[in-house]
Amino acid sequence: MQVTMTVNGAEVTREVEPRLLLVHFLRDHLGLTGTHWGCDTSNCGVCVVAMDGVPVKSCTVLAAMAGGREIDTVEGMERDGVLDPVQEGFMREHGLQCGFCTPAMMITARALLDANPDPTAAEIRTAICGTVCRCTGYENIVRAIRWAAEHSVAEVTA
Amino acid sequence: MTATEARSNGVPISPAGNPIGFGRMLRKEDARFLRGKGHYLDDIALPGMLHGAILRSPHAHARIISIDTAAAEAHPKVKAVITGATLEGLNLAWMPTMSGDTQAVLATDKVRFQGQEVAFVVAEDRYAARDALELITVDYELLPPVVDALRALDPGAPVIRTDIEGKADNHIFDWEAGDAAACDAVFNRPDVVVAKADLLYPRSHPSPMETCGSVASMDKVTGKLTCWITSQAPHAHRTVYAIVAGLPEHKIQVISPDIGGGFGNKVPVYPGYVCAVVGTIVTGAPVKWMEDRSENLMTTGFARDYHMHGEIAATRDGRILALRTTTLADHGAFNATAQPSKFPSGFFSIFTGSYDLEAAYCKVTGVYTNKAPGGVAYACSFRITEAAYFVERMVDILAHDLEMDPAELRMKNLIAPDQFPYRTKTGWEYDSGNYPLTLQTTLDRAGYKDLRAEQAESRVRFAQTGEGPLMGIGLSFFTEGVGAGPRKHMDILGLGMADGCELRIHPTGKAVLRLSVQTQGQGHETTFAQIVAHELGLPPEDVEVVHGDTDQTPFGLGTYGSRSTPVSGAAAAVTARRVRDKARIIAAAALECSPDDLEWELGRWQVKGTPTQGKTMQEIALLAHSTLELPEGVEGHLDASAVYNPPNLTYPYGAYLCVVDVDPGTGEVTVRRFIATDDCGPRINPMIVEGQIHGGLAEGVGMALMQAIAFDEAGNCLGGSFMDYLLPTSLECPSWELSETVTPSPHHPLGCKGVGESATVGSPAAVVNAVIDALAPFGVRHADMPLTPAQVWLAIQGRPARTDLAFGADGAA
Amino acid sequence: MQTPAPFEYERATSVGQALALLERYGPEARLVAGGHSLLPMMKLRLADPAYLIDINDLTDLDYIRVDGDSIAIGAMTRHAALLASPVLAEHYPIFADAERVIADPCVRNRGTIGGSLCQADPSEDLSAVASALQATLVVVGTEGSRTVPAREFHAGPYETVVGPAEILTEVRIPIRPGAGSAYEKVERRAGDWGATAGGCFVVLGSDGETVADVGIGLTAVRAPHFCAEEAEAALRGQPATPGNLAAAAAKAAEASRPQTDQRGPADYKRHLAGELTRRALRRAVARARGQAGGPGASPGEEA
Repeated sequence: MQVTMTVNGAEVTREVEPRLLLVHFLRDHLGLTGTHWGCDTSNCGVCVVAMDGVPVKSCTVLAAMAGGREIDTVEGMERDGVLDPVQEGFMREHGLQCGFCTPAMMITARALLDANPDPTAAEIRTAICGTVCRCTGYENIVRAIRWAAEHSVAEVTA
Repeated sequence: MTATEARSNGVPISPAGNPIGFGRMLRKEDARFLRGKGHYLDDIALPGMLHGAILRSPHAHARIISIDTAAAEAHPKVKAVITGATLEGLNLAWMPTMSGDTQAVLATDKVRFQGQEVAFVVAEDRYAARDALELITVDYELLPPVVDALRALDPGAPVIRTDIEGKADNHIFDWEAGDAAACDAVFNRPDVVVAKADLLYPRSHPSPMETCGSVASMDKVTGKLTCWITSQAPHAHRTVYAIVAGLPEHKIQVISPDIGGGFGNKVPVYPGYVCAVVGTIVTGAPVKWMEDRSENLMTTGFARDYHMHGEIAATRDGRILALRTTTLADHGAFNATAQPSKFPSGFFSIFTGSYDLEAAYCKVTGVYTNKAPGGVAYACSFRITEAAYFVERMVDILAHDLEMDPAELRMKNLIAPDQFPYRTKTGWEYDSGNYPLTLQTTLDRAGYKDLRAEQAESRVRFAQTGEGPLMGIGLSFFTEGVGAGPRKHMDILGLGMADGCELRIHPTGKAVLRLSVQTQGQGHETTFAQIVAHELGLPPEDVEVVHGDTDQTPFGLGTYGSRSTPVSGAAAAVTARRVRDKARIIAAAALECSPDDLEWELGRWQVKGTPTQGKTMQEIALLAHSTLELPEGVEGHLDASAVYNPPNLTYPYGAYLCVVDVDPGTGEVTVRRFIATDDCGPRINPMIVEGQIHGGLAEGVGMALMQAIAFDEAGNCLGGSFMDYLLPTSLECPSWELSETVTPSPHHPLGCKGVGESATVGSPAAVVNAVIDALAPFGVRHADMPLTPAQVWLAIQGRPARTDLAFGADGAA
Repeated sequence: MQTPAPFEYERATSVGQALALLERYGPEARLVAGGHSLLPMMKLRLADPAYLIDINDLTDLDYIRVDGDSIAIGAMTRHAALLASPVLAEHYPIFADAERVIADPCVRNRGTIGGSLCQADPSEDLSAVASALQATLVVVGTEGSRTVPAREFHAGPYETVVGPAEILTEVRIPIRPGAGSAYEKVERRAGDWGATAGGCFVVLGSDGETVADVGIGLTAVRAPHFCAEEAEAALRGQPATPGNLAAAAAKAAEASRPQTDQRGPADYKRHLAGELTRRALRRAVARARGQAGGPGASPGEEA
């Protein structure tokens, strides 16, 4: 079947099997390998992308179900060579080590800040609790997202 | 660290704003990860690449009667189906393990654990490969499994390794260290108090977020085999492949791409990797095998699974005299652990911990069970996680029995600063440490006295009202030995654990450092550049760190056991110093003076007394490639290499304190605070060191409270998915509070000790000690991890469960 | 990663069309809403429908509103919306209590109340909530619609009374002025299924003391229809004293027949059934009295 969706602002159309998972559609059909997968039971959360602005686990969405929707992945965060403040915050606060959960964490963070520009540490921890990290112990991820909350786009490009 | 701070710290700042040497520096590798441009194994797509999938046994112990692959082979997208019978013809059905045993690649006679590899399908895409697995029919004859390790040596227990000629039991090894007789003498003294306990460190799993996988590509024309592998030790893998597959080693290239976490899970050679190699040879196309999470949890190298009986002897006023243990090690169906060959139980004999003892003795017995193979993994520093947990629980149990404060008991018995270098009763020589300072730092940071006061109040309230929460305070003081290791004592499969390093300075003064270690997130591309910067005064942004490709880097045994900084870091420093020495000669030639007339000022050789006369490293690099006449001692160009054979391990250590609140009505545990003081010597990049510690502390919370792989009576693995193998999230972890002390290692060129596993080693005991402490009003003395709400409640009832078995299996329900 | 077996996919444009597709494809067809129960099962090959009917475009089933003397919740309402709903926060904070500990925020962005109730997992929190509140479920088929009391909705584990060519469209809860409600759950870790959970509503009489009405729901302990009717009967008409609440909680524990698994042995779960019911009752009573522990308070806060 054919599926059409908007990915990082651009419309894409591909021929897919109905059973193709969105994460595989993004990675294998569109070459957007920044979104990862890490489990079989929808628990680990490293596959998170934004669908119509909210974070979802792309391993538990069929590409077919994403038809007509707007998908945002990590590859779309940097605009015209300028990092999103979330990306900048992750770098400055050492919010990543192996980098495998990082795209998911950053997409979740961007969605959080869009809805709640000044979250507390507790609100951040709740927002990211659906993605597991084995490297950072979460502290620096929280700091990274706080950094992004405190530094607007204007500051980063200045 | 701002530029001003760094300069006042003595470390100048480079044009890009980085410290030229040790200090806080943002990571070079972040550039690609932040943009989703990391290059992980599953990102690899080669033209014509096929996908492999493994059919696995649903049974823990069964004879294979027949395998019918005809339907799978007939699937239009399937290119090959390989079974144990196929491999037998190639002499590849079994492969050597890193412990001198053999392991089945694909089962031939029997399956010996649930999840064991039985057949390998190669298909055009991963969906078809998965479909094809359903088309293979295997006829099994069930056999009784050995699930309870404590029964593995019972007379009449089913024999698992019937493939080993003459094997009539499930025994693997016995190993001992220390002095049993000296211990007996101490324990038999009349004035001595003895505390005994049985401690289980349950089977756990490192579970990095990226699973294991490989892409194997054989070029039939050139005969070259290229393998991309999620490997923490690419050179060791290359050598093993050469031995196992009989392929010439110079025709094998192993590339470790970006790795999404290792934690020891990515050290072993897994059957899937070997199958991918066979797949590419059989089909002529590249073959990718990427395991799924259940395969990762059920079949790849697990960690721990030590049943430790401990006895500690002390005087009544709290002077610890001796410690001994008999321990049963559950290795699963094959002995496939990777540790130095003379140490079948790894470095477990460091169980004497951080205390000055008169005597110590351990005996470890390894057994087979019908479970996945493994045991050494998950930041264990070769079983030091087990040893550290053991001693720190025993000390707390002793404190409980003596009714003594656990901090006071520890302070009274820690090795004193003037006792270093300290030789333990089991033969380890600790290099340096100021243990009391580190413990005191933690106690002060935590506000220990106030915490105990608050706890006293919470106990009064509970006694009066029956309402919680109950507060618990737990300590853990650990010493570990890392940086394996001196080749005289340590080898894996006969390969000495010395690491190579090559440094080359280009004509324009940029450097390339080639290493045998392999980052899985630890930041090597940054920290090793900082080492070169520290030694040569080159900006770290001008130093490229190359690793992970066996065609591009010198031989070494890879990254695990926190050995990167102690071994490869030392190699890098030594190599850089050799480059600096050559640079001196070249500078002297250019300045027409003697090398002895020159002194080193970071980045520059200059004439003593006339500092304006000198040459920077960049100038020297150009000179080295120029027409300059060079004297004896240098041939030209500017490079050096070294193989670093560490003279000893290094001994990072730390003092941890955990505060918990326990709900006695439900058994739920909340980790309120965690204070960690680590001493790993000088810190090359404090930001990275702290990140490593944060991660390890989270592991402690996970293992203490929720992570374990148990088995039911039929040998079914109860932790085969993330629905039951639970990893801590952001909500279970507190905001970590870190402090540091610094006692350099006297034998390491930079004084650095390594830190990657310290927090994983030290933290579980702190959390467990805290929970048991919280339950003191109920008279609880010990309960095994994981202290899930159910286990805490059972402990309160006086009947904590065995956590290696299913709930109810030991009659607990 | 695991992948599903092949199937056909259709997207429903309306309830009527979804029903027509269900009729056409028969028992080999399944509806998919949030998909976070069905798709994982399909990936593990535990479920194998030949036809998947996607009802995510049925956005007119996504609502929470006051409808006369009831609150009406459309079946396609996502967990995230239930958690954030001011209407539910005002009338029934039991929803926010429960949603806060259902899965994680990403899953809550997709999973729906209809999907959760129809999946009928014995550990499903919303089943206990619906049962506690004595909700009424509206089921639509090609012949028309019918209502089913929540306490008659489940036929067994993973089984409901929704027929093969029917769709759950709405959950209706009677508004009970002055009611307090609460939910308590024990899980090994955030996002885990509960070891045990319990929730309730309480309406106090005009004296502020007598329990005029009460509903108690339990999950993960195989309580019949996710509720504890004997416990309710014992408490109705009684003063809401700690002793009476504890007695009702004990009865709730008796109604439980939990199974031992890795979340805990049966006796632990039975203990929790009583303990969590007692705590939920206490907090519901406090909320009914307008005391601390009101809407938005986190579970575990003492009254």
